[in-house]
Amino acid sequence: MTSVSPAPARPGRRPRRPSPRRIALQAARIALALFFSFPIVFMLVSSFKPDEQIFGDLDGIKAFLPVGHLSLDNYTGVFERVPAMRFLLNSLVISAITVALSIFINSLAAFALSRMRWRGKKIVLTAVIATLIVPFETFALPMVWWVNQLPWLQLEGGRLVVTEGWLDTYQVQILPFIGNALFIFLFHQYFQSIPKELDEAAVIDGASWFGIYWRIVMPLSGPAIATVAILAFLPMWNQYLWPLMVVQSEDLRPVMVGIDYFFQLNPSWGEIMAYSSMITVPVLALFVSFQRAFVNSIASSGVKG
Amino acid sequence: MTTTMPKRSSPPPAAAVTPARRTSRMRARRRESIAALGMVSPAVFLLVMFIVIPVVLTFALAFTNARLISPTPARFTGLQNFRTLLDDPLFYKSLRNTFSFATVVVPLQGGLALVLALLVNAKVKGVNFFRTVYFLPVVTSMVVVSILWTLLYQKTGLVNEFISHLTLGQVQGPDWLTNPSTAMPAIIVMSVWQGVGFHMVIWLAGLQTIPQDLYEAADMDGATRWVRFRHVTWPGLKATRTFVLITITINAFALFTQVAVMTQGGPLDATSTVVYQAVRTGYSQQQTGYASAISLVFFVLVLAVSLVQRFLTREKD
Amino acid sequence: MESRTRRLAVSSIAALAAAALVGGCGGSGNTGSSGADGNTLILWTHNAGNAAEYGVVKQIVKDFNAGQSTYKVKIQAFPQGSYNDSVVAAASAKKLPCILDVDGPNVPNWAWGGYLAPLDLSQGKVAVKDQLPSTVATYQDKTYAFGFYDVALTMYSRKSVLNKYGIRVPTFDKPWTEDEFMGALAKIKAGGEFKNTLDLGTADTGEWFPYAYSPILQSFGGDLIDRSTYKTAKGALDGEKAVEWGKWFRSMVTKGYAPQKSSKSPADDFRNGKTAIQWDGSWSAQANTDKFGSDLAILPPVDFGNGPKIGGASWQWGMSSTCANKEGAQAYLNFSRQTKYFVDFAKATNTIPATDAAAAQVKGYEAGGRFNIFLKAAQEFAVVRPVTPAYPYVSTVFSKTARDILAGADVKGALDRAVSEIDTNLKTNNFYAGS
Repeated sequence: MTSVSPAPARPGRRPRRPSPRRIALQAARIALALFFSFPIVFMLVSSFKPDEQIFGDLDGIKAFLPVGHLSLDNYTGVFERVPAMRFLLNSLVISAITVALSIFINSLAAFALSRMRWRGKKIVLTAVIATLIVPFETFALPMVWWVNQLPWLQLEGGRLVVTEGWLDTYQVQILPFIGNALFIFLFHQYFQSIPKELDEAAVIDGASWFGIYWRIVMPLSGPAIATVAILAFLPMWNQYLWPLMVVQSEDLRPVMVGIDYFFQLNPSWGEIMAYSSMITVPVLALFVSFQRAFVNSIASSGVKG
Repeated sequence: MTTTMPKRSSPPPAAAVTPARRTSRMRARRRESIAALGMVSPAVFLLVMFIVIPVVLTFALAFTNARLISPTPARFTGLQNFRTLLDDPLFYKSLRNTFSFATVVVPLQGGLALVLALLVNAKVKGVNFFRTVYFLPVVTSMVVVSILWTLLYQKTGLVNEFISHLTLGQVQGPDWLTNPSTAMPAIIVMSVWQGVGFHMVIWLAGLQTIPQDLYEAADMDGATRWVRFRHVTWPGLKATRTFVLITITINAFALFTQVAVMTQGGPLDATSTVVYQAVRTGYSQQQTGYASAISLVFFVLVLAVSLVQRFLTREKD
Repeated sequence: MESRTRRLAVSSIAALAAAALVGGCGGSGNTGSSGADGNTLILWTHNAGNAAEYGVVKQIVKDFNAGQSTYKVKIQAFPQGSYNDSVVAAASAKKLPCILDVDGPNVPNWAWGGYLAPLDLSQGKVAVKDQLPSTVATYQDKTYAFGFYDVALTMYSRKSVLNKYGIRVPTFDKPWTEDEFMGALAKIKAGGEFKNTLDLGTADTGEWFPYAYSPILQSFGGDLIDRSTYKTAKGALDGEKAVEWGKWFRSMVTKGYAPQKSSKSPADDFRNGKTAIQWDGSWSAQANTDKFGSDLAILPPVDFGNGPKIGGASWQWGMSSTCANKEGAQAYLNFSRQTKYFVDFAKATNTIPATDAAAAQVKGYEAGGRFNIFLKAAQEFAVVRPVTPAYPYVSTVFSKTARDILAGADVKGALDRAVSEIDTNLKTNNFYAGS
């Protein structure tokens, strides 16, 4: 745990002139970049074309090129058809709250599971991981019935009132997705790579367990936090089946349900491409910023002994 | 899983411990247990509320004739749904498709993701750009991605156009999604393409936790790249490996969206998967009880597979 | 020890199952009411994202709210693709609105399942008997829903193309016979000018398959179910005529006339000149006319022996059985039954107005109009999809079977399997006898 140098793998030999090997590697990177980006390029380019042309261009390289009648018509169309800003805002709020709570609650549990001694934790860990196995689609319907039985406290005219049923709310889109076995597992794995001596020293200094978690372990866990943030954000941003089952008011709908607005008898593919491009950009921005953050945090923390 | 859990500290020689110290340590131990429970319980509570209870409700329905829409309440029918399931040829096909999908995708996606991670873990110009581009498909919704690839996979679509150019017109690609022998491979390629960036990020995180000094030591010994990978990188990725294995496996078993958008389980059931069958049965066909039975059987099977997987990975440790 | 665990497991499963049943999860016991808060009624429509049709709904609601002071209707709009899932989820939580629209063929299922209540439409200005039969949903002699419009299946081609290959342009009174049609396809195919000689629109999912292809099956002389009893699909779906249909359907692919899986937008392919003849619906007529003008040929469906057939019934309006204010819901529905709204809907959606009086006011649909052929087709060729609560199930089985046949499944075997699945479903559900 000496190295603080930001240089990632393969230090040492660093030839001035690009060797054939390096050129080959760079070529591979570029080829892969093309492979991973071509459908996205198609999506972006098509978002500026009229429907008929999208399908006319489909047979050749023109599908990837901004040629023909280009316009912002599809984007104007999107805003006429869908309250896009409202949906984006909803998704942003829902995803941000879920991500924040998810990081806190799951890392807390992972801390107890990986760094503390208590009876039954092996069983709890196994049970937690078992919850990963059932795909959401298969139990969504009983879940609707179930969340509709749950009580909620609401402020009405200055008084707290108990209401029944969570349908058509923000919380029904947030709370069910906070506890997540995958994230507990990820934090658990990561926390185990942090030396335990740190805890022991802190205990001797009289720190509470929560203090150790909050002031020692979490600050060292930048990479895990960033990874979980990205992994938690994606499915929330892509929520589709659940909101369409539990949300009735347009004001509360998230972005992915908006896609359905475009599938009419004759879908407007140009608008679908435009809307898809619009909802992809925020996620990409988030990834780029977190990606930086977590690479930096690793370089500076020099974790692992 | 790497259970490096602290061994229960063996009792120290009795003589060395005074009664006073022992009670204080017991008190500390109890405080630790209580604190641990307090820290685990929010997550456990949420998991119980929003996964365990709905799942158990679902499984309970497997023993009834519940329908999605029905004028009469569901009746308990015992094992009837399971007997029907055993005679359902589509269920066996779906099982086979699901398992073969997982068998191919897990090593393919995990391996390719590692290659990508190694490629962008170098200190070269534009790594951040490449990382972002490789991650692009992950941030695009699966529904959108599936629609895009459906267009690409057409007989006269871009994939075949590309193949034709590459082989100077010698090879004409098939209509990928309507041919029973190419539909599943087509979905596999697309799924790997979509998901591999996700696991690249996980591998990257793992790579970054490998201490530099190990590489420096290896370099000083004059190790070749392969030796360095084999003896430093690979062992250093042990924890990450388990994580990647588990997440890809679980995602692979849950294969649904791609199938629903691209092939609806066809052609000739070549891409029908268990989750797709459960959803189709439960929603479109309104047979909630039967769909629950499919889910329950599937849960048991996947649980068995993961236990075996865990057992195997543990033995090697 | 082991037996104790097992007993524990069994009893807890039983307890949970009981809890689920008491809770009514999966069934809908119709206790409680919803969808209205006093005299404020909730209305659901599938029109989110479809500004034209949604506009008419909003207009009617606005007029209704302004025209009287007792009731107030509030709209919630959903996107069409997932509308059914939203409704089913709401029903399982007992949160259905008072007024809702429903896709015609689903009405018997929703009525049987206790979602919909029978309607009394006698107070409306437009009489029910003046409507196209396919726009009124009746189940067990009660009316559960009505629509303002219908749509018609049709074939599109271009007169210039047909003339070039020396093909007779069929008319409403003299549609193509099977032989004529096959001859036409062969000629166009031989010309090698089109990517698709025929485009059946086979990439579509959902209700399109039964809507578009079961009329062809009926034109051959088969059907989805035996409509004399509604207790079996035998004879109808696996008979000689059905097999003939299946073989013909598959031959479209094997002869290279039609793609096994169409592109994502067959209508654009037609307008781009990639397709010679397209099997589509009346809703594309306006856009095709805009593109090709008088060269556009709107063709009646082919007569495969049993007369030309098209599907009937589109979106319709009904009232939920849990509605807390049924008088209000009836008042709204009756209010909406005015010729001007029939006209508005048809104009907004390029569909067929459900009454003659409305048709006279919609350009193109008046007698002798360019689109009047659709109205005549809806009157004379339309067959509604089987009026049974089993329909959603039948629909999924037929879709899958048709897809399998297109992909090369043995026709007789696939149809036999379909019949056995449908018959098992009917039997398991006690022939949908009701509660």
